[in-house]
Amino acid sequence: MKMITAKNLSKVFGGFKAVDAISFEVEPGEIFGFLGANGAGKTTAMRMLCGLSRPSSGEATVAGFDVYRQQEQIKRAIGYMSQKFSLYDDLTITENIRFYAGIYGKPGRFIKEKTSALLRELHLETEADKRVGSLPLGWKQKLAFSVAIFHEPQLVFLDEPTGGVDPITRREFWNLIYAAAEKGITVFVTTHYMDEAEYCNRVSIMVDGRIEALDTPAGLKQHYSAASMNDVFLQLARKATRSAD
Amino acid sequence: MKQFKAFVRKEFYHILRDRRTLIILLGMPVVQILIFGFALSNEVGNARFVVLDPAQDPATTQIITQLDASRYFDYAGSCRTYREIEERFRREGIKLAVVFPPSFNQELQHLHTAQIQLVTDASDPNTATTLSNYASAVINDYQARTNAVAPLPYTILPVTRMLYNPQLKAAYNFVPGVMAMVLMLVCTMMTAITIVKEKETGTMEVMLVSPVQPLKIVLAKAVPYLLLSLVNVVTILLLSVYALEVPVRGSIPLLLLESGLFIVASLSIGLLISTATGSQQTAMFLSLLGMFLPTVLLSGFMFPIENMPWLLQQVSHIVPAKWFYQVVQSIMIKGKGLDGIWKETGILLGMTVVFLLLSIKNFKIRLA
Amino acid sequence: MISVRNISKKYPVGKGELTAVNQLSFDVAPGELFGIIGPDGAGKTSLFRMLATLLLPDGGEALIGGCHVVKDYKQLRKKLGYMPGRFSLYQDLTVEENLRFFATIFHTSIDENYGLIRDIYEQIKPFKDRRAGKLSGGMKQKLALCCALIHRPTVLLLDEPTTGVDAVSRVEFWQMLQGLKSGGITIIVSTPYMDEASLCDRIALMQQGNFLTTGTPDGIKAAFAKPLLAVKADRMHQLVNAVREAPVVEDSYAFGEWAHAVMREEGHDRELESFLSAKGFRQVVVQQTEPTVEDCFLKLMRP
Repeated sequence: MKMITAKNLSKVFGGFKAVDAISFEVEPGEIFGFLGANGAGKTTAMRMLCGLSRPSSGEATVAGFDVYRQQEQIKRAIGYMSQKFSLYDDLTITENIRFYAGIYGKPGRFIKEKTSALLRELHLETEADKRVGSLPLGWKQKLAFSVAIFHEPQLVFLDEPTGGVDPITRREFWNLIYAAAEKGITVFVTTHYMDEAEYCNRVSIMVDGRIEALDTPAGLKQHYSAASMNDVFLQLARKATRSAD
Repeated sequence: MKQFKAFVRKEFYHILRDRRTLIILLGMPVVQILIFGFALSNEVGNARFVVLDPAQDPATTQIITQLDASRYFDYAGSCRTYREIEERFRREGIKLAVVFPPSFNQELQHLHTAQIQLVTDASDPNTATTLSNYASAVINDYQARTNAVAPLPYTILPVTRMLYNPQLKAAYNFVPGVMAMVLMLVCTMMTAITIVKEKETGTMEVMLVSPVQPLKIVLAKAVPYLLLSLVNVVTILLLSVYALEVPVRGSIPLLLLESGLFIVASLSIGLLISTATGSQQTAMFLSLLGMFLPTVLLSGFMFPIENMPWLLQQVSHIVPAKWFYQVVQSIMIKGKGLDGIWKETGILLGMTVVFLLLSIKNFKIRLA
Repeated sequence: MISVRNISKKYPVGKGELTAVNQLSFDVAPGELFGIIGPDGAGKTSLFRMLATLLLPDGGEALIGGCHVVKDYKQLRKKLGYMPGRFSLYQDLTVEENLRFFATIFHTSIDENYGLIRDIYEQIKPFKDRRAGKLSGGMKQKLALCCALIHRPTVLLLDEPTTGVDAVSRVEFWQMLQGLKSGGITIIVSTPYMDEASLCDRIALMQQGNFLTTGTPDGIKAAFAKPLLAVKADRMHQLVNAVREAPVVEDSYAFGEWAHAVMREEGHDRELESFLSAKGFRQVVVQQTEPTVEDCFLKLMRP
């Protein structure tokens, strides 16, 4: 089973094709990079896949569920984390974990055992009762990611998870992503850091609502005879004609 | 000056482009006046009343006829005992009983004073009060007319104090109250919110770094709301005169001037709130809890201040809306001139100056 | 042009306090493009706000064009162009209305200084009647830059102008800054993107309120002083940890498609290669590489 399939998936706002008939597949356990300039349609596409927005046309399944009819099942099967919305600053670390695990209806024992394992893994045992707001940004983001996959989803969506994070923490964050992928969780990630595109198994680049390129980083660099993913991205994104979000 | 104009123009763009808020701001007074004027009105029509009249003399008969003739009351027969009154209250939904003493007319003629007992169903206290007020008004009316031809004036008790509101229209009390409420809401809350909004979006940072004097930024914010509030005042007055038939007895220019003063007071409170808060929610809560509730509760338009505990009465003195409410009442309903309201005006003026000075002193030329 | 001495800013946090900016000193020459590079929470915004006269320093002082940031804040505000990190234009005004408004409050007009912003404004002119809130991230930044320039400031303070902006818009934005610099404006810019460092004349790497180092991008790279290798193999996800275990390696981290290995000494390339082969990695490639600013930042962050 493919983790995500999309076939001619489109979203039209008025006369504006935010997402224009995109088709792609994501394999289970893959780290899939979803790139694109501001306004290329990334966010809209991601919302449709998360079951938050109804497509205008086309088909898509996420974790085997249909995005039109089975949004509720999709929401149970996925985790989601974004740079903007992650954790509640005024709750402690344990309270945040308990809250999110509670949303997914996990039993108390599961939560308790997994919380202590998680705190150990992130070296946060001594901070467990501190408010999240007092943590440095990098820790928050790492914690937010761990919370997003706490309920052991099949697939996790990460929307610019490392924005503004320092270089060391950014790498630690990616180690968490690798660890999740090794456990079999599929990762769907957007980023503005082009070096992070290299860490993905496959990368798609959206331009003007369409997927202009989709391949492994090495394949893309070869095809566009570029030295880095940054060059590939610039070559493609410069073709963009529209500029509104 | 050019800077200032540019600022004011910008503020108007903000207001005009936020259609939903604009509709609320302009529609609110209309809705409130209509709600208070009609829907919530305490007026009661065709309440059935019974009479216990052992005297059955010309005076009592005339009073009963007059009560029956008024559009508020319908005569529903007479009773012979208190027991019977109580029973009819329970069984037939009688709202009022008028009890005359056995020798009513004689007492009037010889002692020049007599008592009438009005019994109402106090399970609905509002209606009860209204009914007894109405009945007293009818009795007073009767007394006034007969006294005009009588050789010696006499008094019927209970005497009511419906001096300025003989028709007992509830709207008389609501119009000044709604005015205070709407102005407080528009000026205080909206000013506070728009200034804090600029802090939130970061535009205040850029403004502060520009050569504009901070005072100009803030004054420019106030101008559109001042105009908007004046529009609201005029709307309320037009509605109350033409829809609720509440006349303006006093001078209209004076009323507008006093409204202007209250608007400036409210604006400066809004300013003060904005200097003390950093988020739109806090600003809104502060203006709602700190200003709007006291306006509704302690200005005297919903609940009479005389009946409040001593402490609340003292607190009500620092609520600007209380003084404005009295000013509007005096001008609109009692027809007083400036000489009758100089004290309230002075207090409002003083409050305005204090709030303005405080907010200017608190306005920061830097961020923290 | 700009001279900062021991400037500090502290915030109370609970019972203790947080030092956002810790006794920083630096100078910026006229017409220089000075970059402050560091992650969120490094203290960049506090530093910018102090320079922009918006925050009072707790210690030290700063002079910009001869004006003291505290005492002469009124004169200074006339010379400064400031673009705060958050998008700070009026979302419900159109592009042109925003620009005209900012021109007026700075006692000037669009026409008067059009020459300075022409190159930037022409790019957003087709959208001049669109509300600012409806612009894309890149266009918003261009408009904000126009608004910050409209009064012909001598010093431009740009706090994270490219954060959240896509790679194409970032490249364009930096080209605009180069244009402004050649027009003689002194610019201080902050960014969390290490790759933008090489576009500045001089940079400071900032972390937790301190400057890790200051210098030209080339100078900082030259000071790296350790041999740096780029390593590739079949199982990339495990590679970094394996490289780190090699005795000849001081530090290792992922770097795009490569893993970078900071070597203890020169000339141990072969040892590393055989170490990895012994660990079972296939298709091992080890080659020498030049350090980037990010390599320097990582090295300076680790004590």
